[in-house]
Amino acid sequence: MEKIKSIIEVKNLNKSFGSNHVLRDFSMEVVPGESLVILGKSGSGKSVLIKCIINLIEPDSGEIYVLGQNIRELDQDQMDKLRAEVGFLFQSNALYDSMTVRQNLEFPLRRHWTKEMRDLNAQSAVKEALEDVGLGHTIDMMPAELSGGMRKRIALARTLILKPKVILYDEPTTGLDPITAREISELMLRVQEKYKASSIIISHDMNCIRMTSDRVIMLIDGRNYISDTYENLQNIPDPKVREFFD
Amino acid sequence: MIHLIKIDSEFLREVGEIARFTGRFFREVIKPKQEWEEFINQCFWIGFKTLTLVGITAFIMGLVLTIQSRPTLLEFGAVSMLPAMVSVSLVREIAPVITALICAGKIGSGIGAELGSMRVTEQIDAMEVSGTNPFKYLVVSRVLASTLMVPLLSSLAIAISLYGGYLGVNIRGNVSWHLYWLQSFGALSYGDFIPSLIKTFFFGFAIGIVGCYKGYNSKKGTEGVGRSATSAVIVASLVVFIIDLIAVQVTDLLGLT
Repeated sequence: MEKIKSIIEVKNLNKSFGSNHVLRDFSMEVVPGESLVILGKSGSGKSVLIKCIINLIEPDSGEIYVLGQNIRELDQDQMDKLRAEVGFLFQSNALYDSMTVRQNLEFPLRRHWTKEMRDLNAQSAVKEALEDVGLGHTIDMMPAELSGGMRKRIALARTLILKPKVILYDEPTTGLDPITAREISELMLRVQEKYKASSIIISHDMNCIRMTSDRVIMLIDGRNYISDTYENLQNIPDPKVREFFD
Repeated sequence: MIHLIKIDSEFLREVGEIARFTGRFFREVIKPKQEWEEFINQCFWIGFKTLTLVGITAFIMGLVLTIQSRPTLLEFGAVSMLPAMVSVSLVREIAPVITALICAGKIGSGIGAELGSMRVTEQIDAMEVSGTNPFKYLVVSRVLASTLMVPLLSSLAIAISLYGGYLGVNIRGNVSWHLYWLQSFGALSYGDFIPSLIKTFFFGFAIGIVGCYKGYNSKKGTEGVGRSATSAVIVASLVVFIIDLIAVQVTDLLGLT
């Protein structure tokens, strides 16, 4: 099998909402195993970018390659198959509140596994994913019975159930207390190591970024303003960069 | 004037969007791999969970209609026509329309609020990124369940309301069980039953599609969820009356009245 050079590649992406030009010729790439953080102010288009990558939002122009496939050329069936390889952790967790934790985790399997596979392996897959996030005991609980941090972990377990090759995190620590935020960042690192997945992390939590990033892209005025490691960025005197570190 | 034109264009845009949403429903419904498990689940929630409300309302409806009609018929010396009059009114019009309005309130608002909250909390997006078609899972199953359950509920409402009518007749009069049903069914023909049944399928479809459309396209957070639920009830109720008006005209044109 031919080895893919870039897990995700975005070329000259543009997206506007009315007169608000959110992304302007934005380009970037993620290499296998890399953990890339997109840093930017609120409303700078970070979430729009990863929603374009998973095809939840259609860009105005530009190209997006995920695992070597141009997503704008895929039909619905091909897109659904590709989505099995890409996990997405929503900022709001997006757990199905009418379903138990078990049903939440089993839900992605119903599209990608046959009934026989589900009958045989679903239980062990759910158990493994829950143990990975340290919440095996919550299996029959409802999302409403869980704390914010637990919900985030369950949402992460749901993204892991199909063993994705790339995970997109939309502000994974927003709204959590500093201790839980740190636990989630550590969990992301452990998951990264176990699943050997690449990741794109949208965040403006500097602690989370420091812990989880291999590289940081600063999204400013809709453009890829600068791309470097967290350590290097800390020493750059550019005022726009300093805004985030000072 | 400009305000009126704006309201008109908003209204037309909404009608167009609902038509497009309905078109998508028909495209998805013919594609293979239906969500039968969710459909049965929805039949339970829409049908069984509405049964008590519809049953009580239907019973009261039959009883009250009979009691209210009696003095007028008595005045014309036609009190013996009471079972026939009540049964024709209930079967043709009152039971199906009242059932549909109850369903528009309960089912329409329920679907609107449920899908609306799923939309604003990104649960629908989560379904999409998991590779599940949320339209098929959420919309097709609910619209099909509503289309099937409203006629069943309406048929049950007719039966229960006729029983209510029997009790109503016997509050002031004395009509035997056998005679009541003989007179009730004697006044009815297939031309009363069939159009009444057919229109309830359209009622059910309209309630399902409007509720799903409002919820699926909900915006602006929790405020939007409330709006979706409220407007689902208002629009579905209005559509029920419009369908009823068309059904009456069609039945009349076909000579089934």
